[in-house]
Amino acid sequence: MSRAGIIRLLVVAVALFGLEVACRAGLIDPITIIPPSAMTAGAWNLLVSGRYTQDILLTLGSVGLAAVLGIVGGFGLGYALFRLPRLRRALDPLLASYYAIPTFIFYPLFIVLFGLNRLPLVAIGFIFAVVAMAINTLTGFERVPPVLRRTARALRLTEPATLVQITMPACAPYLLTGAKLVIAYSFIGVIAGEFVLSGDGVGHQIAFAYNNFDNPTMYGLMLLLIGFVSAFNMLLFAWERRFYRRRGLT
Amino acid sequence: MGVAAMGPHASLRGVTRIYPAVEDHSAVHALGPVDLDLRPGEFFSVVGPSGCGKSTLLDVLAGLAPASAGTIAFEGRTVAGQVPEGIGVVFQEDASFPWLTVWDNAAFALRRAAMSESVVRERVDHALSFIGLADFSSAYPAQLSGGMRQRLCIARTLVTRPRLLLLDEPFGALDQQTRLLMGDELLRIWRETGATIFLITHALDEAAMLSDRVGVMSARPGHLIEIVETHWPRDRDSTIVSRPEFGEVTGRLWERLRGESLKALELTGARRGGR
Amino acid sequence: MTVTLDKPARIRPRLPHSVGLDRLLLFLAVLLFWQALTWIAGPEVITSPFATVRKLAAIITASDFGGHASETGRAFAAALIISLMGGLVVGLVLGSRRLAGEVAEPLLVALYSIPKITLYPVILLLFGLGVSAKIAFGAIHGIIPVALFAMNAVRNIRGVHVRAARAMRLTPFQIATYVLVPATLPEIVAGFRVGFALTLLGTLIGEMFASQRGIGYMLIQAMETNDTGTIMALALLLVTIATAASWALLRFDPSLHKQH
Repeated sequence: MSRAGIIRLLVVAVALFGLEVACRAGLIDPITIIPPSAMTAGAWNLLVSGRYTQDILLTLGSVGLAAVLGIVGGFGLGYALFRLPRLRRALDPLLASYYAIPTFIFYPLFIVLFGLNRLPLVAIGFIFAVVAMAINTLTGFERVPPVLRRTARALRLTEPATLVQITMPACAPYLLTGAKLVIAYSFIGVIAGEFVLSGDGVGHQIAFAYNNFDNPTMYGLMLLLIGFVSAFNMLLFAWERRFYRRRGLT
Repeated sequence: MGVAAMGPHASLRGVTRIYPAVEDHSAVHALGPVDLDLRPGEFFSVVGPSGCGKSTLLDVLAGLAPASAGTIAFEGRTVAGQVPEGIGVVFQEDASFPWLTVWDNAAFALRRAAMSESVVRERVDHALSFIGLADFSSAYPAQLSGGMRQRLCIARTLVTRPRLLLLDEPFGALDQQTRLLMGDELLRIWRETGATIFLITHALDEAAMLSDRVGVMSARPGHLIEIVETHWPRDRDSTIVSRPEFGEVTGRLWERLRGESLKALELTGARRGGR
Repeated sequence: MTVTLDKPARIRPRLPHSVGLDRLLLFLAVLLFWQALTWIAGPEVITSPFATVRKLAAIITASDFGGHASETGRAFAAALIISLMGGLVVGLVLGSRRLAGEVAEPLLVALYSIPKITLYPVILLLFGLGVSAKIAFGAIHGIIPVALFAMNAVRNIRGVHVRAARAMRLTPFQIATYVLVPATLPEIVAGFRVGFALTLLGTLIGEMFASQRGIGYMLIQAMETNDTGTIMALALLLVTIATAASWALLRFDPSLHKQH
């Protein structure tokens, strides 16, 4: 492992250890934060007891659906923006301010539109994620070196063949970054929605535990959530870095 | 406006540069030992294979990089740690500041040296018209072609009236015809300012055409294996490429350089192989 | 004899005026789409553009709005200072010190990709209900992107510019002021644009969870009573503010347009 990696590991370990000691020594009120070891124990118990399996599966399902829709929809939108530069220029300032809106405020609207089920949550995850994918797709397409397109024409490839054989592989790193963001934002959108006005799912259970001062459950669930997302992200990040490095992009 | 100096304008003695070992690789003996005297007012070029340390030589001479061993002197004083007044440097890559106009770019160094605005204005106007960029004073570098940007970098250095002008492959990114014309420009600058010029290039014809003397460097670690005298008249231009002596000079340069280039090629091949 | 070399091959034209026209057309298209949605889904679900603007006007002129707005405004301003300045300092330091940057960047990215949602209960427990929780929410949303942008800006400084400055015998202070700052400005401004939007989002969310006053509080009230008109009116207000700020930051350095 590189020197930086070792230092990083040490920093995280020291931070966790410090927190553990501070909690155990009573420096931190257990009503606020419980020791990391207790968090981990709580998380383990939650998993094993199976009480929250239903909620976990519901949340993951909604996130997955939102992510798939976000990737597909975002890709389409990004490609459309690429082919319509006028539209793209006109939209520019809006794209920057898109993420200032807490999109889950439209949750009640979606309930009325889709009913009292998981779909409004999926919708929130989707609209939160789709723009990030679109922006990354757009960047990917823009960064395909023109010489590759000229090569495709010199080889007399058809448009669909060019798209599949040359453009897509060239964009792949950016699409991967976009997909990573979609997954993160789908999580955020779905769980935020669950926090606020839902009756099930991990977000709801966390809010419920918070309201009942049930810290072990609350932190346990949070840890599970963070652990899952982080593990997923680290896998994607490592994969993405290999991708970028192999192609000489940093 | 020549430099009336008694000895060499600049000299290097036993100059060596060794990059210390880091995590991934061992120490690199990049340059040296090099011994060289630059005559006042001469046009001196250095040619050598890739990786031989030409750019390092220029950096050390300018005071931009320290020498691991040996001494460098400019106008009788030792060069160490910082760039001496009287030396100007033009780099290989485009160093123009994209956030300033052409005029402000050219004025940059003078303004930082707190010269009065009237002096700045006079010198910048003169330099820009001298170099043919006066019509583009309010344009930004992004709006210029590569050749024009390099001319801007040269103008920016010229306004400081350097007595020794160091150029590191300034025309490397340009096409052959533009390079020949830029060479004429450089000769004109040389004649009208009387400065000593030290040029690094990988193009043998460029070195042969422009210089009074050409130093040939070996493969890494680079040292000077020969200095070829051209005996050209001072008022030369690119038309000398048609003279038979030109062929002799370039022939001599390649004769000495060819073996070193092959060595350099092998060096890089061995480094890259096995990936 | 003066040799005239290259004619300017590409003097780039100014942005065509049609961008303004395009934005207007887009704006009209959005309005039409919005109106169509209202007709399809009904005014209880989505209020029409006209009704939304009217509602917004009513909200703004109501007597209590000033209090809510200044509540949000103050918390947002504080959070913005923390996230922009804090992020800038962190980013500049990490960008200029290679090892620190290498160690910290994956940590920052990992922290950033944790859904901040999951930290909300912790923030509430740490800061209690009130203004400091709101400021904390806002700051944690914006600080990391600003830092990442600033770090990237420093790393992307072209070495040749620093070398040229040293060759021109500039002092370190001069190099920092006249070379490093202009070179990093475009990317830092881009980071500020993102930071602005995210900090606003975070402050609002903080108000939704931790306050009895402010625009975020108004939002959550509207959500709980299913007051579509208010939700949309406030969303419109937020979009307008964020877009205006983003546009203003872009205009901040006019030569940014010409440079690229």
